[in-house]
Formats: sequence, C-alpha cells, structure tokens
Amino acid sequence: MAETIDTGELLTLPLDGWHRASGARMVPFAGYAMAVQYEGVMAEHNWTRTNAGLFDVSHMGQLTFHGESVDRALETLLPGELQLLKDGRLRYSMLLDDDGGILDDLMATRRGDHFYVVVNGATKHGDIEQFRRRLPQSIVLDHMKEQALLALQGPRAAEVLEELAPGASDLSFMQGAAFTVAGTPAWISRSGYTGEDGFEISVAATAVVGVADALVANDAVRPIGLGARDSLRLEAGLPLYGHDLDTHTTPVMADLQFAIGKRRRAEGGFAGDMRILAELANGAPQKRVGLSIEGRQPVREGALIIDAEGNEVGRITSGTFSPTLQRPIAMGYVATALAAPGTALKLEQRGKLFQASVAPMPFVPHRYHRKQGA
Amino acid sequence: MSLHFTGEHEWIRVDGDVGTVGISSHAQEALGDIVFAEVPETGRSLNKGDEAAVVESVKAASDVYSPVAGEVIEGNPALAEDPALINRDPEGHGWFFKIRIADAAELDGLMDEAAYREWVKTL
Repeated sequence: MAETIDTGELLTLPLDGWHRASGARMVPFAGYAMAVQYEGVMAEHNWTRTNAGLFDVSHMGQLTFHGESVDRALETLLPGELQLLKDGRLRYSMLLDDDGGILDDLMATRRGDHFYVVVNGATKHGDIEQFRRRLPQSIVLDHMKEQALLALQGPRAAEVLEELAPGASDLSFMQGAAFTVAGTPAWISRSGYTGEDGFEISVAATAVVGVADALVANDAVRPIGLGARDSLRLEAGLPLYGHDLDTHTTPVMADLQFAIGKRRRAEGGFAGDMRILAELANGAPQKRVGLSIEGRQPVREGALIIDAEGNEVGRITSGTFSPTLQRPIAMGYVATALAAPGTALKLEQRGKLFQASVAPMPFVPHRYHRKQGA
Repeated sequence: MSLHFTGEHEWIRVDGDVGTVGISSHAQEALGDIVFAEVPETGRSLNKGDEAAVVESVKAASDVYSPVAGEVIEGNPALAEDPALINRDPEGHGWFFKIRIADAAELDGLMDEAAYREWVKTL
C-alpha cells in the first residue's frame, strides 16, 4: 500500500495557496504541484456532471502568434482549416511532426489579427521550440506566462458565469470573446474537456485568485481536481496527450480526422500530409477505439488487447472506472480490421484476462451548447 | 484479541490463531473512492509479504500484502458487490480476508495500534 511522492523541484501555479486552502491533495503533474482531488474523485466527477466544476488548468501553455498570413503559416504544421476560421472562433487541432505524428493536440482561436493557441502543459516547451524552428521568421510567438487559465464545466456553468460576465452565456460552443469577469479582463471561450457545456477563462495570474473566489462563491460551483478531470474526459471519449496520442500516432489512427479540414484533404500542404492523405484514402493500420469491459475491475494504460485467436492486436492507452456508468471503460489502439463497434476482444492486465468489446465513443453523450446555424 | 499494523498500511486483528486482515483508515483515504476489490481464494497459502488482494480506486490499482504467513480461511464476500465498504468502514466490515496464522512470532515484527497511529501522523 505504500506510496511516496517526491514533491521536490516542482513549480507552483498562481492558485497554489488557494488549492491548499480549499483542501486539495497536491501531486506532481507536468512539472507543477497540482490539485488531484479535494473532496474525492467520485463526488467531484458527479458534481461536474450535475452542477458546475471549477478546474485550474494554468499549467497549460497559452500562446499567441502574430504576423502576416499567420493562418497560412500555422496551416503548414496543423492540419485544420484555419484560413476560413472566423474571428472569435476556435478549432481543435494537432501539431504534427514531418511524418504526420502528433506532437501535441491544441485549441486554436482566431482573435483579430492573431491566433491564440492553448497547448498541453507537459509539452508546451517542446511545442514552442517546434513552432519557433519550423515557422517563418515573420511569425512572432509569445508565450503568455503571466496568464492563468480556469475552466468552468457543467450544466450550471452558463448561469453561473453569466452573473459574473454578462453576455458570456450568449457564446456558442467553440466561440470566444473578451469579457470582464468579476472586474478582471478575461478571454472566455465556450469549450472544455469534460463533454459538458462550459467555458475556459483566461485571466492575468495576478487576478486569478479573485476570479476563482468569485466563482466558488456561487453554491453551484465546487473546485475539481485532476482525478475527476481524467475520468470526465475519458467518459467523453476525449484523448489525453502522452497517453492516447503521441508521435507514433497520426490524426487518422487517433480517429480525429474530423479535425482535418475538407480543403486540407484536397490540397495537403501540412506536415506529414503524404502519409495522412494516404491513410485517409486507404485507412490507417491501427485505430483508436473505446472499449467496454465486463465486470467491475478497471483495465488501465499498458494492458494488452488480444483477438479471438490470441494474437496481440493493440494496447490500452487509458482506462478507468466510469463514475457515471458505474462500470469500467477504456480506450486503446487496435488493428483497424477489429475497430468496428461490438467486436469482441480480450484484455490482459497483470496476467489476468478480461472480456471486452469495442464501444462507440463518447461513452457518456456530449452536452455542448451548439446554436442552430452557428 | 490483538491489533497489529504493517508499514504498508495493512492491519491484522488476531483472535487465537486466526487473523482478520484489512487496510487502514489512512490507506483508504489515500486511495480515494474504491471501485473494485479482489480477495484471495479460500485455501490459498500465503507467505508474509505476498500479494494477497487487489484494491482499485478510480485513479489507481494497489496490492494488499499479507502481514503474516498462513492459509486463507475466507475472503470477505461483501466486497465484490460493495467495494466502497472499504472506504466506509476500513478497519471493521471492510476487511479483506481471514488467515490461519502459521507462525505467531511473525506478529512481533509489526507495529501495535498506538505506534502505527503515531507513525502515520508523520507521513
């Protein structure tokens, strides 16, 4: 049962003291001391699905890109349609290496004359190095180290935020705009990583304690740690970089081809385009799938996936016990021939076999706030 | 009856040559919401320190080690249906298994309750 965590040499986030005062258990993540849970993963997970959860995601990298034709420049590294992206709209995309492998997944927003891009915390320094080396000199990248980032997620997020930032609830899913929240300038987008309606709120690090306090002053809001963040995103079928995505996976293998724009499929012109266009036409050798598992025991990252003949056909990349469904769920990569929903597979973890079947994702339906025609 | 603890946060309550084994309140709190527990089969022979049972929270899996050598008499049948019992009553109804203790001298190497509670405060 013993478990020791080395908390030395860790960086702290602007809300570090706030988390500790709120009863958080802190763990190392992405080089920072971060809140893994407050009252408990299950309670926090269920609270987010029924009320509103406040997540501190200030470890993530907030970047801006300025320069002439910045959309075209970014399109050489990201397979998404950025030229046609409207002002104040955001898009999920991926930073690709020259072989089409995924270096990171990210959100890119057109914000007036520039792009605002949010990347993962554990990969941000490598991403910045990649962008600087591979984009033209005319593109200026700024790492907004003085910005904190909060996420407010759940069915009551809109009513809560509307009180503090009037007009925020008029945003539609994947739209962002500038607001004042609790007296502080903020960039707010309607987006998140839970499958629920919700918002991401970028504010100056010096003001984030006041904003967090104003949000939790509403009884509908509770702080939520990384533990529930992981179980929420897994139920929503959303991949986690470093686990479900890495440089050995491509957007097609990862079943993220929705993020490759129609024009981009026709024209190419992005890193790894030869391989990715071929995979779009002919299929990739492996594909990311969801898995439902018999019984109650979670099957986690690293477990083997085995076909009916006993051949190893893939590996689990994320797994947990779903608090909403009250059963184990997982995602992993399998040979594409075995990726159809309903396909029976076996999983092997610590010498024990589990019956599983390919399941459609999300496991728990998304409840994004999409406007008709928006 | 005597109660002993290991440095791995298992407890064993001894009545004659039978020990009842579980995990401490501190351990269940560290694990968080327990969603699965697997107890050893009756008749299984365990050495001191053997992986005897598995306990899983939403976040992670952990092994439960046998505090002493012996033969498993019974696994707690309640845990399969209600693993959260370990969170609610870790040192009572949330026990994992009962073992016929092979060598009572092995208990001497364990902590008594007062020593364990004091030590846990330092973690």
